Amino acid sequence: MDVLKKVPVKEQNPKVRATNFDEVCYGYNFDEAKQEASRCLQCKNPKCVAGCPVSINIPGFIKEIGNGNMEAAFQEISKYSALPAVCGRVCPQETQCEQRCIRGIKGEPVSIGKLERFAADWARENKIEPKKPHATNGRKVAVIGAGPSGLTCAGDLAKLGYEVTIFEALHEPGGVLVYGIPEFRLPKNTVVKAEIENVKALGVKIETNVIIGKSITIDELIEEEGFEAVFIGSGAGLPKFMGIPGENANGVFSANEYLTRSNLMKAFDDSYDTPIIAGRKVAVVGGGNVAMDAARTALRLGADVTIVYRRSEAELPARAEEVHHAKEEGIKLQTLTNPKEILVNENGWVCGMRCVKMELGEPDETGRKKPIEKKGSEFVLEADTVIMALGTSPNPLISSTTKGLDTNKYRCIIADEENGQTTKMGVFAGGDAVTGSATVILAMGAGKAAAKGIDQYLQNNE
Amino acid sequence: MADKYNYTIMKKESLADSIYLMDIKAPRVSRHCYPGQFIIVKMDEKGERIPLTICDYDREAGTVTIVFQAIGSSTKRMAEYEAGDAFEDFTGPLGRRSELIDMPRGELKKKRILYVAGGVGTAPVYPQVKWLKQNGYEADCIIGARNKDFVILEDRIKEQVKDLYLCTDDGSYGFHGNVCDCIRDLIENKGKHYDIIVAIGPMIMMKFVCILTKELGIKTIVSMNPVMVDGTGMCGACRLTIGDKIKFACVDGPEFDGHLVNFDEAMKRSQMYKSQEGRAMLRETEGDTHHHPGCECHES
Repeated sequence: MDVLKKVPVKEQNPKVRATNFDEVCYGYNFDEAKQEASRCLQCKNPKCVAGCPVSINIPGFIKEIGNGNMEAAFQEISKYSALPAVCGRVCPQETQCEQRCIRGIKGEPVSIGKLERFAADWARENKIEPKKPHATNGRKVAVIGAGPSGLTCAGDLAKLGYEVTIFEALHEPGGVLVYGIPEFRLPKNTVVKAEIENVKALGVKIETNVIIGKSITIDELIEEEGFEAVFIGSGAGLPKFMGIPGENANGVFSANEYLTRSNLMKAFDDSYDTPIIAGRKVAVVGGGNVAMDAARTALRLGADVTIVYRRSEAELPARAEEVHHAKEEGIKLQTLTNPKEILVNENGWVCGMRCVKMELGEPDETGRKKPIEKKGSEFVLEADTVIMALGTSPNPLISSTTKGLDTNKYRCIIADEENGQTTKMGVFAGGDAVTGSATVILAMGAGKAAAKGIDQYLQNNE
Repeated sequence: MADKYNYTIMKKESLADSIYLMDIKAPRVSRHCYPGQFIIVKMDEKGERIPLTICDYDREAGTVTIVFQAIGSSTKRMAEYEAGDAFEDFTGPLGRRSELIDMPRGELKKKRILYVAGGVGTAPVYPQVKWLKQNGYEADCIIGARNKDFVILEDRIKEQVKDLYLCTDDGSYGFHGNVCDCIRDLIENKGKHYDIIVAIGPMIMMKFVCILTKELGIKTIVSMNPVMVDGTGMCGACRLTIGDKIKFACVDGPEFDGHLVNFDEAMKRSQMYKSQEGRAMLRETEGDTHHHPGCECHES
């Protein structure tokens, strides 16, 4: 064993997985996990913990894995996170915990994400549940949105003894974990459902099909239903479009729509009623994780897929692992390219996309090199389906129906980063609803901070 | 099914051949809904999310009334449900309430309003005229249908409006002609004047009503029924061109100024999963209710 390298993880063959929706990465087995855990230096002052938005005691749980105490490893993680099997899969560890790992200075960092995943998967397969809280204190807190921030906030509050109800607008709890991230990266029935069940096992109630701002308002929850505090974790669900000609043609979809059809509505499975256009030549516009997810979904539905991104490959905002997987599966990258117009045939369908080549200029306000159009470089990209994966913004439904809840110019709810307190007394917020679209783990960190803030607030208002 | 799911069918009624009315127990929706809004129903685990405009509600009984036409595989399946059965999911109210409800009362009082209901689109007209009547206003209404057998809710609407006019394409009942002929007849031959027309029905009907009312200079409100998935602004499938802006029917509508709607684009989009090109690209043979299943009686 080369101690400078991670224990390799088994993955499904790219050629095979390009045609199915089964999970790409198989994860470690018991022995591989123990072996990888032995690489951890058990630092006295662990830098990795500071890199984790929910401050998991990383050396602590890895030590237990190293000793073969998998249940203890899981219980250690569960003190900090309600969704370890999810985070082990979708967190960008390479820019968080693993980036700070001392092992990484002279080799590859410890594979913290894969170890977290292993501990959580092992616990699930062995029917281990997180420890239940003691009696409730009878005080009601409402959580809006059953996504990563809401589930985390609810779980933490339940552990503190609060009676928590999560209100979810869709028919299924999970938020982006069920509508956004595809099955092949995050299995819904085995992984997501099981972790949500763990949150419920803490005493959290989840009421689906309730759209706050429509079915009931926050003020009514407080005044009529007896909730003493509210956490808003409603995410950033509104899709962006480019505003170019042809964008309303048949065959143009937001990544949100495409992924919701496939993930939440399970359109990839023929036994479900919701349809999805597979397309033959699919162009996905954008370079983030969502673009990769949409592209890899279209590929699995049988399409020939090209990702169109206006900067170069080095600037792709998607995780390196996702880009690597996408390329391995046969997805083409058309970088330094920007769409100008979607071409539409006489029946209103997409029949191509007029693009222009780009070059990188001086860094812009985000620090990334600004893409500039190359004159005379226009060309037509063959496409019958276009998926726009340009990011999302928060839904104004809640902010526009709640008195005294202020938002910024991006329609994000204004909230204190420390404790989630908004401009409205007793109302807290966190996750994408506050920051705009970010990651699962950052949303979880915000949910955690808000749970502390809510506890503090309610203790001061006995 | 009833013991497994929450949203029980309290009543089922057949209004015409393959057109059904159901009262669904959904207290949260019923308590907060208004005319003009819609709900989404999902029958069971494998079902799709079907948007349907609200046709009535009883806040005390906690029920919401829906009307649908069994024309696609999902709505045909829904028609097999009986009173006592239950749906897995039922959510709402979605979209904005009718513009007229939020109009200052003094202003509304001065308006002469005509409702134009086409086919199954008659159902969402009912709560609007009922609300007007309850609040002391009276509108006129035209109900148009292919033939006599497809005229629905005639008696119930008659109780809520001043004058009710019926027209059928084949002349089997009421005025012989389509709703546009009927509107023109009222205005040009019967001396009627209207300030606002609210047209709800198949897109093709709303398009032609709008062409006519533009010519006549009458403000027209339409209720759009595009393809939708979540109904909360998340997917953008329901986007429409309204004037020079893109709007989402689910959160910005479903009612819009009919003179600003790009109907040709909307009709093409509503056929996305039904046209030949769309079907050829589908992952599988289709379930075909990816548009508002209630209001397509005049189409294909």
